[in-house]
This record gives sequence, C-alpha cells and structure tokens, in this order.
Amino acid sequence: MMNATQESAEAPVVRVEDVTLQYKTPDHLVTATYKVSFDIHRAERFVMLGPSGCGKSTILKSIAGFHPPAGGEIRLKGQPIRQPGPDRMMVFQEFDQLMPWKTVLGNVMMPMLSNGVRAAEAKERALEVIAKVNLGKFADVYPHMLSGGMKQRAAIARAMAMKPDVLLMDEPYAALDALTRRKMQDELLQLWDDIRFTLIFVTHSIEEAAIVGSRILVLTPHPGQVLAELNSPGFRHEERDGPEFGALCRRIHHMLFGDGAKQ
Amino acid sequence: MTLPVEKPLPPKRPEFERTAAAPASFGDVARPLSFGERLWNNGAFRKTLILLLLIAAWEGYGRYMAAHGNVLSFPTFTATVEALYSGIVSGVIPQRLFVTLQVLLIGYALGIFLAAVVTTVAVSTRIGTDFLSIMTAMFNPLPAIALLPVALLWFGLGTPSLVFVIVNSVLWAVALNAHTGFLAVSETLRMAGQTFGLRGLNYVLHILIPAAFPAILAGLKIGWAFAWRTLIAAELVFGVSSGRGGLGWFIFENRNLLDTASVFAGLLTVMAVGLFVEGIIFRSIEKRTVRRWGMQRG
Ligand SMILES: Nc1ncnc2c1ncn2[C@@H]1O[C@H](COP(=O)(O)OP(=O)(O)O)[C@@H](O)[C@H]1O
Ligand SMILES: [Mg+2]
Repeated sequence: MMNATQESAEAPVVRVEDVTLQYKTPDHLVTATYKVSFDIHRAERFVMLGPSGCGKSTILKSIAGFHPPAGGEIRLKGQPIRQPGPDRMMVFQEFDQLMPWKTVLGNVMMPMLSNGVRAAEAKERALEVIAKVNLGKFADVYPHMLSGGMKQRAAIARAMAMKPDVLLMDEPYAALDALTRRKMQDELLQLWDDIRFTLIFVTHSIEEAAIVGSRILVLTPHPGQVLAELNSPGFRHEERDGPEFGALCRRIHHMLFGDGAKQ
Repeated sequence: MTLPVEKPLPPKRPEFERTAAAPASFGDVARPLSFGERLWNNGAFRKTLILLLLIAAWEGYGRYMAAHGNVLSFPTFTATVEALYSGIVSGVIPQRLFVTLQVLLIGYALGIFLAAVVTTVAVSTRIGTDFLSIMTAMFNPLPAIALLPVALLWFGLGTPSLVFVIVNSVLWAVALNAHTGFLAVSETLRMAGQTFGLRGLNYVLHILIPAAFPAILAGLKIGWAFAWRTLIAAELVFGVSSGRGGLGWFIFENRNLLDTASVFAGLLTVMAVGLFVEGIIFRSIEKRTVRRWGMQRG
C-alpha cells in the first residue's frame, strides 16, 4: 500500500529555505530554529522529529501562516505564505482547539460551512469522519464532556473532513493511550492511502516517525537545525519487531542522543 | 546516631483472575436522574423555597407589629399583597412599570450599542485600549446616579437625563467585561478559526464573540443591575416628568401619603422585576449558552 516512490520531477508543494524562526518577548529574543531548509513533495508523509523545544511546532505554525520567518522563506506551491487558509488544515497540539460552543458535529462542520460546502453535504461528510475516529456516539456532545484524547480525535476529524491538500498535525497522538494511538495511526495511513494528501506530521517519538512517515526530518535540540532527512519504507505495526524497523529507530536514536545514551 | 529501623516489606498476597460481569447484570450504567433529584438540582426551585420562608417570616413580624398597634411602619405581607393587587387592577402599577421599563430599555440598548463601539475601538487600536482603561478607571468608582445633577443641568427634567445616567451605568461595565473577554480568547482558538479562512467580521462573529460570551454575558448582567438600581434611584429623586412617573415615583408618592402598604407594594414590584430579569431571563440565557458549553460552572 505505501511508498510507491517515484522520481519526482514535480516542484515541491512546500519549500522551506534557510528559515530562521524567532520569538520576541518583552525582554528576550528566542531563536526557535536556525536556517532550516527542506522540501516537501506532493503526497509525501513528511515527519518532523526532534526533542521537545526544538522548534517543531513553530515550523508547523510558520507553514500554516501564523508565524512569519525572521529569515529565509517558506513557499507553498511556489507562492510565499502570507496568511493561514483552509488549504492547510492544522491539528494543534493543544486541547482547547475545539469551539466549546459547538458540538462535535458542529465543530467538524464548521470549516466546511465557512468554505461554502452545503449544509447537507457537510453534515454527511462530518458524520462519516466522526465515525472513522470512533466518536459516532458523541457527535452531539459538547467538547467539555470529552476526554483529552477524544477532543484530539474530534479535531483530527474536523481537519480530515475538509479533505485539505496539505494536512498539518502537531503531535496529534501524544495524548492518546497506546492502543488508540495505534488505531489512529492506522486510520491516518488508511486515509492517506485513500486521498493521498500531503501530510506534515510533528512528533517527538522515533517509533511514531518510522510508522507514520515516508520521509523523516531529524532536528537538533533547541535551537532546531536540520540533522538529517531519512526515508522510511512505510512500516506496518506488525513489522515493529522486525530488524529493519529496529535498525531505522536505532539509527535515529544514535543521531539524536549519540553513543552514550541508552535505549 | 540513627536508630535501627525495620524496613517494611510488601505483604505476599494470593493472585486471582476473574471474568468481568456483563454490564447489563448490574443495572443502570447510566440512568436519568429521578424527578426529585432534578427538582433539587433546579436553582429556581431552591430559590423559590427560600423566598417562601422569607415571606412567612415577614408576615409573622407584620402581625406582631400590628398586634402592638404599629400598623404604619411595617405592613403585613397580606396587606402588601392587597395593595399590590389593587395597584395592579387599577392599572397604576402597570402604567408606572411601563414608564420605568421604557426608559430603562432605551438606556440599556443605547448603552450596549455604545459599549460595542467602544470595545471595537479598544480591541483594534492600542490608543482605544488606553481610552477604555482610563474611562473605566474614572467612571467605575463613580455611582452613575451621582451624574444626575449634571444630567439635569444639561438635559433638563425628563427622559433624556434618565437615559444619560443609565447609559453611563451600562456602558463602562459592559465595555470593560467584553474587552477583557476578547483579550482572554485563547491563541489556539484564534488560530483554529483562522485556518478555517475566517477573517474580519466573520471571524469576530463566529470566533471572538462566542469565545468571549461568558464575559460579555457577565457584563450585560452587571450592566442591567446597575441600570435598574440607578433608574429607580433617579426616579425617587426627581419623580415625574410631564405627568408620567415611574415606579420610583410611585414609591415616593405613597410615602408622602403615608400609605406604607403601597410603598412596600412598589418595592415588591421593583424586586419582582429584578428577580424576573436576573433569575429567569439571564439564567435561561446562561443555561442555554455558557453552562451548556461548559464555559461556566452551574
Ligand atoms: N510564544 C512563545 N514565546 C516565546 N518563546 C516561545 C514561544 N513558543 C515557543 N517558544 C520557544 O521556542 C522554542 C521552540 O518551541 P516549540 O516550537 O513549541 O517546540 P517543540 O514544538 O519542538 O516542542 C522553545 O524553546 C520555546 O521555549
Ligand atoms: Mg510542540
């Protein structure tokens, strides 16, 4: 199913060139990433992997259009990114991304309705993805009655229902229990297989990167710089105990933590 | 020197495995609350109960006073209700109430409109924020009623003066609350709204206002309370304008006539309207919105 890799003569969907990202606080200038460059091609499952605080979320927010780079440039299909838009749906790391005044169904329908999808069609599509993320029974429930993981799944459904060209996900499964995480990873890969969107996925878990990604960008600790870009053949969960999976994980682990670290 | 301590070991206990009972076998996993439980969860019901107790105490005290020959200073509840009844039947109280509510609604609506304007300016410009914070700092410690003499000077005896005072009591409370509410809208929620492509007025209507609604509603409640109290007080001070007095005037007039039962009937009407608006109108808005959404406890 995965990795029908082809030589892509096509221009990249997202091109990140020497991007330096900074936060200006009243008394500090924090550099989150330093001169990061990478290309993301159509239908790639591009994973950004790095330790907490290395600037992964900031890069993602920059691609989404929230955080203009202090240096360098980010282009989407050749055009510099100016503002956020529905062509790049984002699932945030935070739990409070659902509108508390709308039910799960209302939340999932909201971006579709704001972008001219007819109400009946929006509802149909929404119910379909809500069932896919296993929230069918909770479609009419308000977010405050959901657990953290359920909120996250609702947010994923909201993004998926839009069928965006580019889907940005910031550690979407960090809050889930192992079993649900595994199911959601499979669900995401299945969905990718169906519609072949471009996925940009942030995680700090090496194993998750190897499972979800087709290409893995490894970043250094804060401030983030590019350490490597690796290919992953697209592992299934059953292949986790195999030698290839272990080799890839060890290779990344070695890169991030050096020799002295214990697995 | 340390004493020799006995290091406790965890006890060895037998292991067991069992199969869980099917959920159906232990009755309701989730059941609707019983009628009694729901009744007791109903704030309006609990409050009515307290109200009834207070009325009983009032009646008792009124009768005690009457028995000691002092009818004038403290009428019984029944006498008050009688006065209220005849006031309503004769059409005097409804007419006075109508006059009061009319002025109040004009002032309240105008106050909210101006608050919306001020908040918009305050949210979109830094100088607007400064303006709002200075104005609220100045006007908050000042009871709006204290502006009445100035209002009388500017607008003369009549509705415009009352409206001016009410606007002042509503405007700053609502604007301050709404502004605080907008500032508190979480960054994630804002960003989520923007990824939907919402911008400008749509963004304000679909993201900012609902997200800040708990604070806006709190402002509306405070504004209402200020306006209602201010208006009754203002009416007590200058009463009739062009022969049309409000509830405050009704109270003042009957005090002059030494008709204490009617004074109490007037006070009761003031309270009833206050309770109705705060306890029923605002509560049902809260129940349908912020409580239902889990943005406020209740
Ligand atoms: N709003 C902010 N203001 C100032 N510094 C920030 C802000 N958000 C993040 N940072 C800093 O930027 C760096 C990168 O943060 P982030 O992108 O959230 O990392 P990651 O998602 O990889 O854990 C961190 O050192 C963090 O302290
Ligand atoms: Mg992060």
